[in-house]
Amino acid sequence: MVGMFFTYFALVSIAAGVLTVTLRHPVHCALSLLVLLMHVSGLFILLNAEFLWAVQVIVYVGAILVLYLFVLMLMNLKTDERYFHPSALYILGPAVLGAGYVLYLLLRSPFGGAKGDTPATAVLQEGDTYAVGITMFSDHLLQFEIVGIFLLGAIIGAIVLAKAPKPLDTERERL
Amino acid sequence: MIPLSAYTAVSAVLFMTGILGVLVRRNFIIVLMSVEIMMNAANINLVAFSHYLESMAGQLVALFIIAIAAGEAAVGLAIIIVVFRGKISTNVDEMNLLKW
Repeated sequence: MVGMFFTYFALVSIAAGVLTVTLRHPVHCALSLLVLLMHVSGLFILLNAEFLWAVQVIVYVGAILVLYLFVLMLMNLKTDERYFHPSALYILGPAVLGAGYVLYLLLRSPFGGAKGDTPATAVLQEGDTYAVGITMFSDHLLQFEIVGIFLLGAIIGAIVLAKAPKPLDTERERL
Repeated sequence: MIPLSAYTAVSAVLFMTGILGVLVRRNFIIVLMSVEIMMNAANINLVAFSHYLESMAGQLVALFIIAIAAGEAAVGLAIIIVVFRGKISTNVDEMNLLKW
């Protein structure tokens, strides 16, 4: 059952990723990115990370993707004929080769390692939100604060960048 | 039980798709979307390792990546709006103002 769900989420997210890269119209690309994000959140559910599932749906789909769609609608882009970069064919071959090699390496490696302190049974007992919260506000508090400062800087930077430039000298010339 | 390498394989394919999108597409907005695909691939990897190696640190880093993706989208789209206001084009290879 879990394998079936995993296959579904994996295949649909890969297909949606390929469609995001290859579709012609930017709004269609944004909508297939939506499909990709929702299915990646399904993969998070399979990994017992339901808090990350909620964050993915709320922040990625609810905020970031809506921002993309707003900008796309705002600019009213027309789709041009040659939408790929001129040297796309030269990139494609090495990329497929490299992807195949990386997949070969990944599928034959055992991925052992030292286990941490939060087994799946503890996560299932207390809930993922509890575990994430305890870890975030004890071990990762400094990173949390840094992300807060970063988001403040990003907000200020976006406002400063996107503000309409003031016509500087019109008042002075009129006087 | 799904092996960990299945998750890493999905994540690798998604990451390659994102890299291809960044390299191949000409529209700047779709380049940014490909960066989002790459960040999602990294998130899958982090959460999968966090589940299989039984540590919460991976999920924390995935959360921070989502926050950074939000900031990156805001600043990137602001840059797109500025460029579009000046030149009426969002093609990557027509933006060469800073090239010399």
